[in-house]
Amino acid sequence: MFELSPTDWMAIEVTLKLAIYTTLMLLVIATPIAWWLANGRAPGGLRTAVQALVALPLVLPPTVLGFYLLVLLGPAGPVGSTLESWGLNHLAFTFQGILIASVIYSLPFAVQPLQQAFANLGRRPTEIAGSLGAGRLDRFFTVILPMSRGGFIVAATLAFAHTLGEFGVILMLGGAIPGETQVLSILIYDHAEAMDFASAHRLSLGLLIFAFVVLFVVYAINRRFDTVRL
Amino acid sequence: MSQSVSNGLRIQARLERSGFALDVDTAIPLEGVTALFGRSGCGKTTLLRIIAGLEHPPGAEVHFGNTVWQSGRAFVPLHRRRVGLVFQESTLLPHLSVRSNLLYGYKRTPEPLRRLHLAEVADLLGITELLERRADQLSGGQRQRVALGRALLISPDLLLLDEPLNALDTQTKREIMPFLARLSDKTGIPTLLVTHAPDEVERLAHRVAFMHDGQIERLEPLRDALARADSPLFRDEGAVSVLQGTLGEVDAHGLQTFGPPEARYRVPSTPGVSNGAGRPARLRIDARDVSIALSPPQDVSILNIVPVTIEALDEAPGHHGPARVLATCRQDDGQTLMAELTRLSTERLDLQPGTRAHALVKSVAFLD
Repeated sequence: MFELSPTDWMAIEVTLKLAIYTTLMLLVIATPIAWWLANGRAPGGLRTAVQALVALPLVLPPTVLGFYLLVLLGPAGPVGSTLESWGLNHLAFTFQGILIASVIYSLPFAVQPLQQAFANLGRRPTEIAGSLGAGRLDRFFTVILPMSRGGFIVAATLAFAHTLGEFGVILMLGGAIPGETQVLSILIYDHAEAMDFASAHRLSLGLLIFAFVVLFVVYAINRRFDTVRL
Repeated sequence: MSQSVSNGLRIQARLERSGFALDVDTAIPLEGVTALFGRSGCGKTTLLRIIAGLEHPPGAEVHFGNTVWQSGRAFVPLHRRRVGLVFQESTLLPHLSVRSNLLYGYKRTPEPLRRLHLAEVADLLGITELLERRADQLSGGQRQRVALGRALLISPDLLLLDEPLNALDTQTKREIMPFLARLSDKTGIPTLLVTHAPDEVERLAHRVAFMHDGQIERLEPLRDALARADSPLFRDEGAVSVLQGTLGEVDAHGLQTFGPPEARYRVPSTPGVSNGAGRPARLRIDARDVSIALSPPQDVSILNIVPVTIEALDEAPGHHGPARVLATCRQDDGQTLMAELTRLSTERLDLQPGTRAHALVKSVAFLD
């Protein structure tokens, strides 16, 4: 009953690849943003604007985000056409395209736990480490990272899990090219459309259990490092 | 105060925040302990942060001896200033052991610059037994000693202590004071101590910078700060005198002499404290424990009766109104002794500047 078709396996592979790449990229991108939001010295107005911008994917319908990315990254869009003029491909209906979309779409899920962890950490530990001769990178790896590891684990897990659940953005920007942009959520939709409920059920149940386990882990960690609140 | 001003720590800074303005132009000698004394909100901590490089107000100038720390566009970041920092709350890195905390800065200090090493610093601060503990298993006092040790182990050019005793209870504070007092003598590292506690200044500082409303009103040796009736150190807890002298032998009554023959005290020797004869020590005397008599009284239980000359009579600090007078007296060895009297008494005895009298000292306390 749990036999999966090659298409199913391909979708699982694309989905996992997308979730892993997205998570890695988000950790790199979200960390400085979260640090700046938590501890930056920028004027309050600018900070609020960035905070709102980061949170935007939480409230926008994914189709809106997907639509604008399609316009931007597609062959007629400013980014897509520039890439084409350099002899490269535009990014609509490509894996790179949905990767960019995923990163933007899951940004708040990575930024917010990190921001919370950094705010709890405060400036003091880095000031002390600085006085002890540690430069910026040194301070990050020897003080900030170990002291906020709960925040990093939560951010990574949420970014990963949220990417698994993506649908609207990918549908708009990526379509359903097997092995390239056809992720699980899209394939489930396709199976259901084709009245293949058994296949849809197999994948849905698998995703449901997986998502539950992931969230269970997050909340367990959250209780252990009760510095991070969601 | 032997170093010339150009070798000191020079700071020139203006900073305006909502409801607060800092305007400082000063030079602090790089020798011994300088207390930065003032009420909370007067800008002490902000000034300390500018010196550390944690704040960089535009246009500020910070020079450490001949080294530029901040001037125009030049700015040396904190991790290159070689400044030891200790704050009031615990700042130990909780994910590291006491040993790793202590060595965090040491490992990052270039080898030729390491003058202090783990064993001697741990010994100086009495933390040798704690080395293998986790940072979060320490008491408040232990944590502050480890924080001090960690700062010392970068062999800093300057030690900045921001109310390091403030979060501790009286008992713990009393435990740590001797360690702090030894620090600058033993290591020779110039120290800036931010505090609002007069007893810390009296005990630890060689000179005081009085801060008020974002400005340094006066920078003077501790001795001078304790010799004037209007000293801000006396404002809340009344006037005190700190006498410096040498300890003598312990007699059959368990009493030990202190000071030269012309201003000799006899004080109970404290067992346990290293109180060898010939050791320099300091006595703290509350002005309220000092009375004045015109002739030396004979039948009196008070042991310490010291001849003095009245130098000045001012209204006593605090909130007593005009009923109490602070008499600034000069002992025959030149040191100042403060006595707090009622105005009635000064009138009865007809005390005037220049009057010869005897100071009756009811109780004294050793500072070190």
